[in-house]
Amino acid sequence: MGMKQFDQTRAPLLEALREYRAARVVPFDVPGHKQGRGNPELTAFLGRACLEADVNSSKPLDNLCHPVSVIKEAEALAAQAFGAANAFFMVNGTTSAVQSMVLSVCKRGDEIILPRNVHRSVIGALVLCGATPVYVNPQTDARLGISLGMSVKDVKEAIEKHPNAKAVLVNNPTYYGICSDIISITRMAHDKGMTVLADEAHGTHFYFGGDMPVSAMAAGADMASVSMHKSGGSLTQSSLLITGPRVNEGHVRQIIGLTQTTSGSYLLMASLDISRKNLALNGREIFERVLSLAQYARDEIGEIGDYYAYAREIVNGDTVYDFDQTKLSVHTLDIGLAGVEVYDILRDEYGIQVEFGDVANILAYVSVGDRERDIERLVSALAEIRRRYKRSKSGMMRMEYLNPQVAATPQEAFYAEKRSVPVEQSEGEICAESVMCYPPGIPILAPGERITREIIDYIRYMKEKGGSLTGPEDLSIERLNVLKGDRPCI
Amino acid sequence: MHLTFTEKHTKNVGLCIDIDRQIYSAQSRFQRIDIFETPEFGRILTLDGFLMLTEKDEFIYHEMIVHVPLAVHPNAESILIIGGGDGGAVRELCRYDTVRHIDLVEIDEDVVAACKEYLPDVSCRLDDPRVTVHYEDGLRFIRRFTDHYDVIIVDSTDPFGPGEGLFTKEFYGNCYKALKADGILVNQHENPFYPDDALSVRQIHKRIVQSFPLSKLYQAHIPTYPSGHWLFGFSSKKHHPVNGMDAGRWNALGIKTRYYNTNLHKAAFALPTYVEDIIKDVEDADISRL
Repeated sequence: MGMKQFDQTRAPLLEALREYRAARVVPFDVPGHKQGRGNPELTAFLGRACLEADVNSSKPLDNLCHPVSVIKEAEALAAQAFGAANAFFMVNGTTSAVQSMVLSVCKRGDEIILPRNVHRSVIGALVLCGATPVYVNPQTDARLGISLGMSVKDVKEAIEKHPNAKAVLVNNPTYYGICSDIISITRMAHDKGMTVLADEAHGTHFYFGGDMPVSAMAAGADMASVSMHKSGGSLTQSSLLITGPRVNEGHVRQIIGLTQTTSGSYLLMASLDISRKNLALNGREIFERVLSLAQYARDEIGEIGDYYAYAREIVNGDTVYDFDQTKLSVHTLDIGLAGVEVYDILRDEYGIQVEFGDVANILAYVSVGDRERDIERLVSALAEIRRRYKRSKSGMMRMEYLNPQVAATPQEAFYAEKRSVPVEQSEGEICAESVMCYPPGIPILAPGERITREIIDYIRYMKEKGGSLTGPEDLSIERLNVLKGDRPCI
Repeated sequence: MHLTFTEKHTKNVGLCIDIDRQIYSAQSRFQRIDIFETPEFGRILTLDGFLMLTEKDEFIYHEMIVHVPLAVHPNAESILIIGGGDGGAVRELCRYDTVRHIDLVEIDEDVVAACKEYLPDVSCRLDDPRVTVHYEDGLRFIRRFTDHYDVIIVDSTDPFGPGEGLFTKEFYGNCYKALKADGILVNQHENPFYPDDALSVRQIHKRIVQSFPLSKLYQAHIPTYPSGHWLFGFSSKKHHPVNGMDAGRWNALGIKTRYYNTNLHKAAFALPTYVEDIIKDVEDADISRL
């Protein structure tokens, strides 16, 4: 590769798409809308430029399944920008990046060490590959009611107890912005020959901003899934899988090819290319502004009273090794409202949509697209909600860590003979499906886990509070699929 | 040479004013500010190309946004103006000896500076010792106050752009909190004639009635504003805008006005039927949660 390829001011895929458009190629290939002409309503809605860029793989535009030219160059630039050995453009969401990571290192029967507060895509990967999860209890912050990171000591114990585990997976950071000590965890895992995978769905900016927690690649981790479409500014569903020097590029591409579309969207890929360029050139300033907006909001929310918008002061050197200060998480229990209730009031009464609300917190996603006056609206609405709704917090549930009782692997449970029972009568059964609140999308139950009274109570409470529960076959979440035989498989 | 300023009032309708010369033009942190000299309307101020005031007809707007609440409140001492960086509302307020303190919260310092320099007949009382000018976001400023003001005047731009936070439910709720138990909120309320603006009138009124127990609209004729028919909102915790007005008391003050008088005050609250229809159903909204 020549020097030209490592010029971050370039965007090879964008340039190729521009040339392709200028060449006025007559399309006798897919997509059938033919630059929008065949679908006027869609073209009127999205714009001609958008439809013209929705093209097919071809020699001048390369092919995502087997990149040899402009996609390969764009991926190489992305790898360099992220300090990785290789980067893979992903067009099936970060879910497919996470699953490709896990599938690259685990097969049926292998063990993988991971915190229980992983995203549902990780549990999905375990169903697909048949690996056995070894859960590390992410400690819970009693006041905030949120899961934290993994303690280094707990990971060490898990590694010692499961020396044949193939990999350790780390959230860097969690949805709430909490980081584990990924450098120490990586060192311990590598000492035992284990691969380190990082779910960096919420950590794109770690690679570009100043005063940020350490990124997975900088920490020496082997693979990371990076949601460029979150803080990176690319289109929804576009993502990156990046890998370190120990990882076999060809093998990862084969694994990605198992499940990723063969009709990779050039809109998504171009958005990755353009966003990478923007981050490489302007990332530092962009995230300086985001940090300052988030900090301003925290200071103002702090002045309202009762709300707690937390930041680095929760860092404890272990389970909260670092905190991502672009995350604007607000603890709401002290006004007597669950986070999900504040989330609903903000949307229904004030026209403000935040990222999620859980039992005790809301998370407002602050990004480069925000304006100061929008922050003022959020803060003022929170002040009003406190004035109008504040009540005693007795009877409010605090989220406890529900220590999972793994009775079968996710794959065994998911594919086992099952029967449907009402949630209320499911205590003691082994669940055959996932149940989660979405967002944040962290499973309350994963396939193969024993259903306890606490879990049933939690599901009922979240339904009462208006939380959006997903996962089970029964969309109303009245019934759960459980294993037919009560016999534990492992 | 023929220069014309045009403001589109709808996609298909615009107001054209011949321009003699441009006096001032600047891009502030928030918006583009222009002042023109015109043969018909004297000097005019535009923000982002929208006409804010003309020397010829600003008296109507400023008299109606100030004297209506001041004729109702029996003892208005502490006043907050949000927006109004041109100083027109301040000028009218300063005619009351009973007013002791005026906080003017204007987000854009450059607007105030330009008006002081080029629109002296409007901005003439901004240096009155009772006036404190705060350059900050109105939504931010008001969060800090509880039970503090007698009258709040929202002299804002339109419900889009830098002033959009001043048309939100959170803003009106914070105003309610910042007012004393007999406080009054008055706001500029757009025009009810063109469909898009009528929708704004409805939305604004809906948000206000959710925050105040009493909320009425009143009107004035302002030649240079879209449709020439302008609405104001009068929201109150206690005083009724018509029954609570003491004509004898106000007339005894001897304030000389050109548009406002106490007969017009009462009449201004009588709305055309089509305007009543626009706001009728939103007034039934639930106000149980104050």
